[in-house]
Amino acid sequence: MDFSLSEEQELLQKSAREFLAAECPTDFVREMMRSADGFSRSFHERIAQLGWTGLVVPEKYGGMGLTLLDLALLAEEMGRVVMPGPFFSSSVLATLALHDGSSAKLKKEWLPRLAAGDAVGSLALLEDSDRLDAEGIKLRCTKTSRGFKLDGKKMFVTDAHIADFLIVAARGRGRGEAAVCLLVVPRDLPGVTITQLRSIDQTRRPCEVVFRGVDLPRHASLAEEGKGWKVLQRLLDAAAVILSADCLGGAQRSLEMAVDYSKVREQFGRPIGSFQAVKHIAAEMVSEIEPARSLVWYAAYAYTAEPGRAAVAASMAKARLSDVYARSANRAVQVHGGIGFTWEHDMHLWFKRAKWNESAFGDATYHRERVAKLADF
Amino acid sequence: MDLSFNAEHEAFRRKVRAWLKANVPKRDKDGPLVEVGDPERIARLKDWQCKLYDAGYVAMGWPKEYGGQGADIVQQTIVNEELILARAPALIGMLGVQMVGPTLIQHGTEEQKRQYLPKILSADEIWCQGYSEPGAGSDLASLKTRAELVGDEFIVNGQKVWTSNAQFSDHMFCLVRTDAQAPKHKGISYILIDMKTPGITVRPLIQMTGDPGFNEVFFEDVRVPRKNLVGELNQGWLVANATLAHERNMLGATTRTQQMFNSLLRLAQIRERNGKPVSEDPVIRQKLADLMIRVESMKYHSYRQLTDNIKGRSPGIGASINKLVSTELNHDLCGMAIEVLGSYGPLARDSKYVEDRGLWPYEFMFTLGLVIGGGTSQIQKNIISERGLGMPREAKN
Repeated sequence: MDFSLSEEQELLQKSAREFLAAECPTDFVREMMRSADGFSRSFHERIAQLGWTGLVVPEKYGGMGLTLLDLALLAEEMGRVVMPGPFFSSSVLATLALHDGSSAKLKKEWLPRLAAGDAVGSLALLEDSDRLDAEGIKLRCTKTSRGFKLDGKKMFVTDAHIADFLIVAARGRGRGEAAVCLLVVPRDLPGVTITQLRSIDQTRRPCEVVFRGVDLPRHASLAEEGKGWKVLQRLLDAAAVILSADCLGGAQRSLEMAVDYSKVREQFGRPIGSFQAVKHIAAEMVSEIEPARSLVWYAAYAYTAEPGRAAVAASMAKARLSDVYARSANRAVQVHGGIGFTWEHDMHLWFKRAKWNESAFGDATYHRERVAKLADF
Repeated sequence: MDLSFNAEHEAFRRKVRAWLKANVPKRDKDGPLVEVGDPERIARLKDWQCKLYDAGYVAMGWPKEYGGQGADIVQQTIVNEELILARAPALIGMLGVQMVGPTLIQHGTEEQKRQYLPKILSADEIWCQGYSEPGAGSDLASLKTRAELVGDEFIVNGQKVWTSNAQFSDHMFCLVRTDAQAPKHKGISYILIDMKTPGITVRPLIQMTGDPGFNEVFFEDVRVPRKNLVGELNQGWLVANATLAHERNMLGATTRTQQMFNSLLRLAQIRERNGKPVSEDPVIRQKLADLMIRVESMKYHSYRQLTDNIKGRSPGIGASINKLVSTELNHDLCGMAIEVLGSYGPLARDSKYVEDRGLWPYEFMFTLGLVIGGGTSQIQKNIISERGLGMPREAKN
């Protein structure tokens, strides 16, 4: 029985924390928020140099070959600083999709570039209906003499506007889950139109992507009908875990900021942290965050080590952490009083990221129902 | 990171499980409900603890020289878990094993250890805890029960309250004021009182459950030998706070919570609401899933603490939340069960049509007592925020 982090994992977190404290201060976050595409290639290249973009890419493709647990620990540190940029889209979603897909050719083509930070990818899954099940995938993929043709629209594709390619979930021949296939689509193909949407979390850049008669070669197939849905399910579980880890880091940081503020802000002749009401808010945050930490570790661990429980663990983590981060960030804003409500103060960065995370890849209600199904209620 | 237990520990678990299967007394599910103080019940429970002790499963963490096994924390946790899974009777001598025993090991004289420890283990003698008073609950240090040192004796006058099991206990470990002039934390002593001493009156108090679960204990010129002092005079507060037994008790306690959730889920699957199984109601499913997630979180939270313990790491802030979170979670689980039962929920245990012998409403009440006792949730939050987060204490007026 060893439910703890290894020395290497602790070092990974420690060094990530130090790097991000220096290289991703809120000034940088706000600069990215203000910029047109929210992307700093030089920052992306720097984290690539640290090995982060290739953390779970197999060594033979130039990555570090580490596990989802390692990636989750890193994601927690990124959540602490509300790190902007396409790391989640590219180094988590697109990377894991390629990793689990069946095309050696595509893996060889893209994984080394993703690991090196040379290329950025993203996942195009949701459509207008905002459904996470196979019924939500209506984008048509028809077979042609040379390969495939795509017609339809994808929504909420984060970082499509800066991606080199998209992993697109489409519907081929057949019905239901069996018809789902995954294709790799270079962004600048004729017929692909991308429009940035604007989120209240300006560190996250969702896009609408329209495909009009987009021609793809045969080798664009990452996972064909009959295989695509399985890859996606695994990917959705990984996404839930990594988002939970981002939530964990953000919740913890929110707590720290609230506690620090409460020790210095004085009202009625004493620090506001000396009032029971404020103390109890903080205590309640801790009492939720600490067990949630163990849940995130378990979900990340189970993804690899207990595959039979991976899905329920991922949903438990996402459901719980969505709520915990949203509550922690809300309370942190309130502890700061009026200034917590201003643009100038940093607290809203975490508050907005909490809301983004909550909605992404299934909210708490969605995942609780999934837990109920998987646990045979 | 590896959540599996090694082969040795798995073998140990199998051995414990087999012993329990062969030895746990059959529960009389349909028999009459027995009062807490019923002499036959007490005799049965003492027998059980003695049997368990002879098998080597009580106070395993105590040093060998005092009757323990010096067993590692994993083995202790496995035994705790298996006892719960086997629905074994609770230890009647729990306060002795987990509180006064370890206190004597750490602070007692050799004579005290020789005199008291063996009978604590065998449940030959039962102990109760004399801490709270009518005027000293959360503010325990303000206790007033006086112990005046006259020659070789303390003369004790005062009153304790919420004293569980006092009506059949042989001894009490008691916090008394031995210096009324000193600051309140510095004038307290920890003494051992023989419950048969003249001048002691035990009066049962009825809990909201209807059971006389605890008592008032009155002391009128009760003479206690000076040699019954544990630790130094006026150092009782430090002596009382020194034992870490509470934390160890948590490891394995989540098994009970998991067991309760499993029973709750089964209940929801069997019972109906508007003609369909309750567990199919979408809102109930959300609530059940949320409870399950909270239960699982505490399970992994306890594994993390178990690991810290194995590796000799001091418990972090995570340990300070155990009492707060687990007591409230247990109470919420019972509350949910009553919701699932609908109109059948509030039926009392001797009623016609009652489900599960009225276990759920009974536990619903009893678990609220556990939220309050042992440091209220509000006190826990003060401790977490002040000692855990370093937030400033309230200014004293």
